[in-house]
Amino acid sequence: MVDAKGDKDARDAGTTTQDGSHETRDELVRAGTTELEVVEIREGAFGAHGTGDTSGFGGLTRPVIMPGASQRPYGGWFDEVADRFEGGPGLGDAIEKVVVDRGEITFYVRRQLLLEAVTHLRNDPVLRFEFCSSVSGVHFPHETGRELHVVHHLLSMTHNRRIRLEVTAPEDDPHIPSVVPIYPTADWQEREAWDFFGIVFDGHPALTRILMPDDWPGHPQRKDYPLGGIPVEYKGGTIAPPDQRRSYS
Amino acid sequence: MTQSATSGQTDPYAGTTDSTDGPVFTVTGQDWDTIDSSAVEGDHLVINMGPQHPSTHGVLRLILEIDGETVRDARAGIGYLHTGIEKNMEFRTWTQGVTFCTRMDYVAPFSNEAAYVMAVEKLLGIEAPEKAQAMRVLLLELNRISSHLVCLATGGMEIGALTVMTCGFRDRELILDVFEMITGLRMNHAFFRPGGVAQDLPDGAIEKLRSTVALLKKRLPEYAALCNANPIFKGRLKGVGHLELAGCLALGLTGPVLRATGYDWDLRKKQPYWGYETYDFDVVTRDEPDAYGRFRVRLDEMWESIKIVEQAIERLAGMEGMPVMVADKKIAWPAQLSVGADGQGNSAEHIKHIMGESMEALIHHFKIVTEGFRVPAGQAYASIEAPRGEIGCHLVSDGGTRPYRAHFRDPSFVNLQGTSVMSEGGMLSDVIVAIASIDPVMGGVDR
Repeated sequence: MVDAKGDKDARDAGTTTQDGSHETRDELVRAGTTELEVVEIREGAFGAHGTGDTSGFGGLTRPVIMPGASQRPYGGWFDEVADRFEGGPGLGDAIEKVVVDRGEITFYVRRQLLLEAVTHLRNDPVLRFEFCSSVSGVHFPHETGRELHVVHHLLSMTHNRRIRLEVTAPEDDPHIPSVVPIYPTADWQEREAWDFFGIVFDGHPALTRILMPDDWPGHPQRKDYPLGGIPVEYKGGTIAPPDQRRSYS
Repeated sequence: MTQSATSGQTDPYAGTTDSTDGPVFTVTGQDWDTIDSSAVEGDHLVINMGPQHPSTHGVLRLILEIDGETVRDARAGIGYLHTGIEKNMEFRTWTQGVTFCTRMDYVAPFSNEAAYVMAVEKLLGIEAPEKAQAMRVLLLELNRISSHLVCLATGGMEIGALTVMTCGFRDRELILDVFEMITGLRMNHAFFRPGGVAQDLPDGAIEKLRSTVALLKKRLPEYAALCNANPIFKGRLKGVGHLELAGCLALGLTGPVLRATGYDWDLRKKQPYWGYETYDFDVVTRDEPDAYGRFRVRLDEMWESIKIVEQAIERLAGMEGMPVMVADKKIAWPAQLSVGADGQGNSAEHIKHIMGESMEALIHHFKIVTEGFRVPAGQAYASIEAPRGEIGCHLVSDGGTRPYRAHFRDPSFVNLQGTSVMSEGGMLSDVIVAIASIDPVMGGVDR
């Protein structure tokens, strides 16, 4: 649903933009990708609003488009893995969509079935993703209803393959199943994602802060977390925190 | 119970306070028998080791539950060096990101830079020129040697082998001198850039590299002679910090810890990058999954790195004048650096060109330095074999001039999860050895 609407927005925005970004949009649509996903609309050229921007670039609007779902064939071993993954026991419609981009494959997995999905990915002899390299959070505040993403990077040492799983959760219900029962190495990495993004991993043995102090308020790597910053004063002028300064947007 | 029984007065350095979980002693290094522990006789002690402790490889806090000298439960408390590097990178350009991430694992800074620039290049769909790749391989392998030397040195120091420490830092200094000559800095180089490296090799670098390698080859055997058959060294290391292959994979441990279990997993061979497949070297493994096996793996890996460094030097000797940065002016830094009267600066020709000859060149210089380049939206994960294992970089771009999200899978962070399973049930003194065999660098753990 996000995709179809987003695509239309992108087209509209593309025709009204003045800086040629609608041309680069075609470059973003790589071979095999059909849908584009608008995660944000960027306005102006310098990130600052309400100031006396006399450059004329303040009226720019440009869509931020992530690579959209890919169509089969995905190429190489991607199809074999995707077939085997989709056919897993009880997985049903676990896979929302598949994105092949820059030689990497990403499976968007519905959070309700994440644990079943990783169990299958680890145990199936054809898949055998026995190693979880990395778990990280990403915050997309403009993607309503799916603001928080958790990205798992799985590695199959047996077959020398890497895949990426992406799971989303809304900000007002930030729950995602923990993969610690399957990949114990995710323990600290999920604690890190909780610490910085406030994502609650259900089933984690001890979900506590790990890098920030225990009594720290808020989750600092969310995009809307205030940066604070120390006002540096020079002859009455002060420097704003980095997220409030003028910057190229 | 607020007083020390033996001295009969309050000891300012070893006072006790009562808490809901029992008495709390503050012990700061004096003899244990000055502490009146009659109230806890027979019970387990929970001791807090660190975060300021000379044997914890930096600011690592260990929470140990001990029964006599036996460790019942070991947990690691981290975060004392957290500096928000990932968040900071979201507010700097793609090129400036290198300056931040190089400070993570400060013992192996090139590995951090390598993972990051590889991810940026993957997002951009570009590849660094041949010479830049050879220079990266050269620096990465020299860095592997210097990092392993620090591991041996600090690991030796922690068990009282101070000669290993002085030797290790002495030889590491040779490599840091080379780094300083090539990059300008001993550590935190910010030398790898998206699209290549910052600067070509300076005059005399090949000769300096050759003489350094010759000296290293003379000195590296000293470690084997000093340690390999040393009964005290073996007594402290053998059988300590045992962790089998299954445990390594479950807990995510990579690098020398994994290879000491006999599994030849090395990304340089399995998923080669930057021409590693064209270098002749072997992956070192050993069927001794303990601290001693890891020590020997690191020792042998230094020799393999020497082999790669020698091949890279020969290649670079034949690449004089070749580009070290992609030709695309929209990505490459416009200026070449030179040493000015103040020891730093842009080259005089470049200044002349932008200030006196071409308005467009000046605009371009200004734009790329202040705004940077844009990276098409999407995400990428790049990983390389760092001295401590797989370092991965997950980058998300929203098509802007700055990373939307940068996340690092630091090997120290993941490997440190092995602390508990390696040290529980063992002796308190072996906790030190087990952690030293993981070789965590807290800058990388905490980022």
